[in-house]
Amino acid sequence: MTKAFSRVRTVFAVVLLGFTVSACGYNNIPTYEEQAKAKWADVQNNYQRRADLIPNLVATVQGYAKQEKDVLTAVVEARAKATQVKIDVSQLTDPAKLKQFQDAQNQLSGALGRLLAVSENYPDLKSNQNFLALQSQLEGTENRITVARRDYIEAVRVYNTELTTFPGLLWAATFFRANKPMAEFAANEGAQTPPQVKF
Amino acid sequence: MTESRAASVLARSGARLVIGIVALVWMALAVYAVNFPALTGRIVDQANIIPAATRSTIEPKLADLEARSGIQLVVATIATLEGQEIEPYANELFRSWKLGEKTKNNGVLLLVAPNEHRVRVEVGYGLEGTLTDALTKVIITNAITPRFKTGDFGGGISRGVDDIITVLTTDASEWQKRPSLRLDNQQTTDPATWLLIAALIALVTLLIVSPGFRWLFLNIALNILVSSAGSSGSGGSSSGGGFSGGGGSSGGGGASGSW
Repeated sequence: MTKAFSRVRTVFAVVLLGFTVSACGYNNIPTYEEQAKAKWADVQNNYQRRADLIPNLVATVQGYAKQEKDVLTAVVEARAKATQVKIDVSQLTDPAKLKQFQDAQNQLSGALGRLLAVSENYPDLKSNQNFLALQSQLEGTENRITVARRDYIEAVRVYNTELTTFPGLLWAATFFRANKPMAEFAANEGAQTPPQVKF
Repeated sequence: MTESRAASVLARSGARLVIGIVALVWMALAVYAVNFPALTGRIVDQANIIPAATRSTIEPKLADLEARSGIQLVVATIATLEGQEIEPYANELFRSWKLGEKTKNNGVLLLVAPNEHRVRVEVGYGLEGTLTDALTKVIITNAITPRFKTGDFGGGISRGVDDIITVLTTDASEWQKRPSLRLDNQQTTDPATWLLIAALIALVTLLIVSPGFRWLFLNIALNILVSSAGSSGSGGSSSGGGFSGGGGSSGGGGASGSW
């Protein structure tokens, strides 16, 4: 009887300890880490979405502007390069890797911008329904990328702050020594202002 | 050994604490840097460009849409974007108003910035598949901006809202009963009017015939008059009162345009 009672008491104590520990912010580090990783998945998905739109766009432009071969191949090549650079969530702490991803995507943004600037010269293309739909989808995707990036930057800021401030700092120094601060996006000019995909 | 380690951790924590506080204060300032208008109703006309007639035709449509499908469609006009582009502004406004249900994220925001000549339809996560970027772009370029160009803000907003509602309600099974409901409404209006007329006749007859009823009626009428005078303020705002976002969010879906 007393044995059973003491077991109950042990269970109770463990549960209570669990509550106390979580009240001290033990859960914060893993929670924020997962949130930041989820935001990163959003960022990557939106870039992927943009990459998925490009073949269709290139095909449409090709139908009207065959002579713009250089610009078209530049887009196709930049797309191929950008889709190769994928970042696993475990690599988010590596600034070099993140920069590589960023550079590849920026290159694609540049090539896309040139393609869209060139398509200004083709009135038939500009009034093509398919092209118009693709334009608005691309515009929307660029905006989603901006939003997803902003959310990711914010999530990383929260996570990194938790790692370096009290009381998260105590947990980071003891139980979560493997958790490193995540790398933030280098603020390029495109990150400050929203995309200007003018048609 | 462990003591010195703890001391160094604490020393570092002091410096980091300061940095953390500074970061928090800065974040708080950043959040409140932009002054968003309050969500006072389904139509927030801060720029004062929506005519009263348009407002009274749109408002029931918006309420009806939410009653039928749970979708919160809000029309907002703002006096200034405060130097921002409309895309981030619309997204942040959408998120601060939390349009749409929390689990479904089914909110839509039609934002007009007349001074910047910009308009945007911001679509919540949950409706991105129905109200696509391409469709919103078509609505903006065909229904909204041509009317805005001529200064017809009421007409542009009205048509834009109609088109958005059409897209939102004809696609899914959300509004399958639409024709039958409309029929029901027509049928129920007739008996209601007859009942009202009958009640009016009965009232007048009773007033003429019975002095006791006359006294009662006078008392009730006086009571109503007094109480309505006391609470006229709340009566005026009740049309927009009680409306708030349901906790939805948006990830930048939709399209924008200019005129």
